[in-house]
Amino acid sequence: MAGAGGGGNDVQWCFSQVKGAIDDDVAEADIISTVEFNHSGELLATGDKGGRVVIFQQELESKNQPQCRGEYNVYSTFQSHEPEFDYLKSLEIEEKINKIRWLPQKNAAQFLLSTNDKTIKLWKISERDKRPEGYNLKEEDGRYRDPTTVTTLRVPVFHPMDLMVEASPRRVFANAHTYHINSISVNSDCETYLSADDLRINLWNLEITDHSFNIVDIKPANMEELTEVITAAEFHPNQCNTFVYSSSKGTIRLCDMRVSALCDQHSKLFEEPEDPSNRSFFSEIISSISDVKFSHSGRYMMTRDYLTVKIWDLNMESRPVETYQVHEYLRSKLCSLYENDCIFDKFECCWNGNDSVVMTGSYNNFFRMFDRGYRQDVTLEASRESSKPRSVLKPRKVCTGGKRKKDEISVDSLDFNKKILHTAWHPQDNIIAVATTNNLYIFQDKL
Amino acid sequence: MSEEMEGTRPATDEATHKEQQIDDNVISPEKAEEVKLKARYPHLGAKPGGSDLLRKRLQKGQKFFDSGDYNMAKAKVKNKQQLPAVTPAEKAEITGDHIPTPQDIPQRKPSIVASKLAG
Repeated sequence: MAGAGGGGNDVQWCFSQVKGAIDDDVAEADIISTVEFNHSGELLATGDKGGRVVIFQQELESKNQPQCRGEYNVYSTFQSHEPEFDYLKSLEIEEKINKIRWLPQKNAAQFLLSTNDKTIKLWKISERDKRPEGYNLKEEDGRYRDPTTVTTLRVPVFHPMDLMVEASPRRVFANAHTYHINSISVNSDCETYLSADDLRINLWNLEITDHSFNIVDIKPANMEELTEVITAAEFHPNQCNTFVYSSSKGTIRLCDMRVSALCDQHSKLFEEPEDPSNRSFFSEIISSISDVKFSHSGRYMMTRDYLTVKIWDLNMESRPVETYQVHEYLRSKLCSLYENDCIFDKFECCWNGNDSVVMTGSYNNFFRMFDRGYRQDVTLEASRESSKPRSVLKPRKVCTGGKRKKDEISVDSLDFNKKILHTAWHPQDNIIAVATTNNLYIFQDKL
Repeated sequence: MSEEMEGTRPATDEATHKEQQIDDNVISPEKAEEVKLKARYPHLGAKPGGSDLLRKRLQKGQKFFDSGDYNMAKAKVKNKQQLPAVTPAEKAEITGDHIPTPQDIPQRKPSIVASKLAG
């Protein structure tokens, strides 16, 4: 894989592009809520709070500029979900896109699943670049010709036309979730997918919308006894019978669908033992897992909780094999982070193509990369200031106490409204997409 | 704090044993933050990550007792307060407590506007 050096000194990250408005006055609808590359990396999809999806396509590398990888330009945009009101429960259903997942490409068209809190939709994105001309019974403008005026016959011919990209909803998977959907994951069998809400996980067939199978149900008989909720779920990348789900208590359960129809009994339980003497009011809240992602190899999985990223070996349930501190300096700020609700922020995480580097976001528009092999980490910033084309990003450092060095930023100066919750890594190359509140940054390694 | 820890200190090797002795004298940052929080909110429940927080999370989006409550609130909002997508020109039209008619209720469709990422 290109750029095997990863997040350490070997790879230099350069600004490539930024998408979105520059003004500081951010409309709620423009808040980016999900970012996802497709399986080839050619397409990059974003979802926002206004229920819209924007898909960018990478230009083919030009022969004139072999040193640059293709830029991402708008390919298609559509309104995926609309706001709804459930009259029966007096529940406002936000149109915010929680997750987008691409299906592996099988033919000329591209398919993706997008979901809000309640409804999942399968969208088909197809190209039209030719149209038939020379009909016998129709004029070019569409008017019908009088058949009696037709004296000769001709065969209609396809002529090239300006590329048109059409997005159409092919399936709507609705009414299967009482609680709010947090995850969707396409199975490696490419026939089924799962959707997870706070208390239940359902299994769907991509072709069938009028029923789904419930495979996990952790709702207690008495809601007063509720102690944990499902926070994320994902299918194993190549074992179609295996999936994992994470909880608000910091545990991950691996389930095997061959064992029984209802996977309430886990096959494996991944939990790091906690030192009871260190327990505080905040312990459970900061241990809540906000994201879980399998490695491409399927051997490892990564979890993100409020302060750390953990790598787990699927063969070892007792503790993670690696733990990386994202922003440990926030441990002494937990009180104010609880008061301003930041402690509940749900950060995502992602792997690079060969599983050697992992990335996650932080505050002040900082994001962090951890190189597993070289044991190096780096903090970078997505900002307009470092947005000159191909300018190399300078590593950032947070000063945790004592004398602040030049170029360091102190913990109290961090802007907690500038959070990077969503990041994505190209499946093969060192190209990353980083979402700030309403802007999408694309960075590439220096070639 | 240090009294609580005495009985529960696990058996460890010498180096970490020494670290823990230092920790006992200096309250961990997390516990210090807890003390701060309890000082500001003395009525905070004993089970912090438990039922209350979770139930609040499950009820996200539930704002009204029933549909009648919702429609009343919607009518009130349209009279007194502009929704984010409304242009300044429309702001001038609706004032006071007059009964809304279909013509002067601003359509709440902020999402139909194209995404700025595609601009």
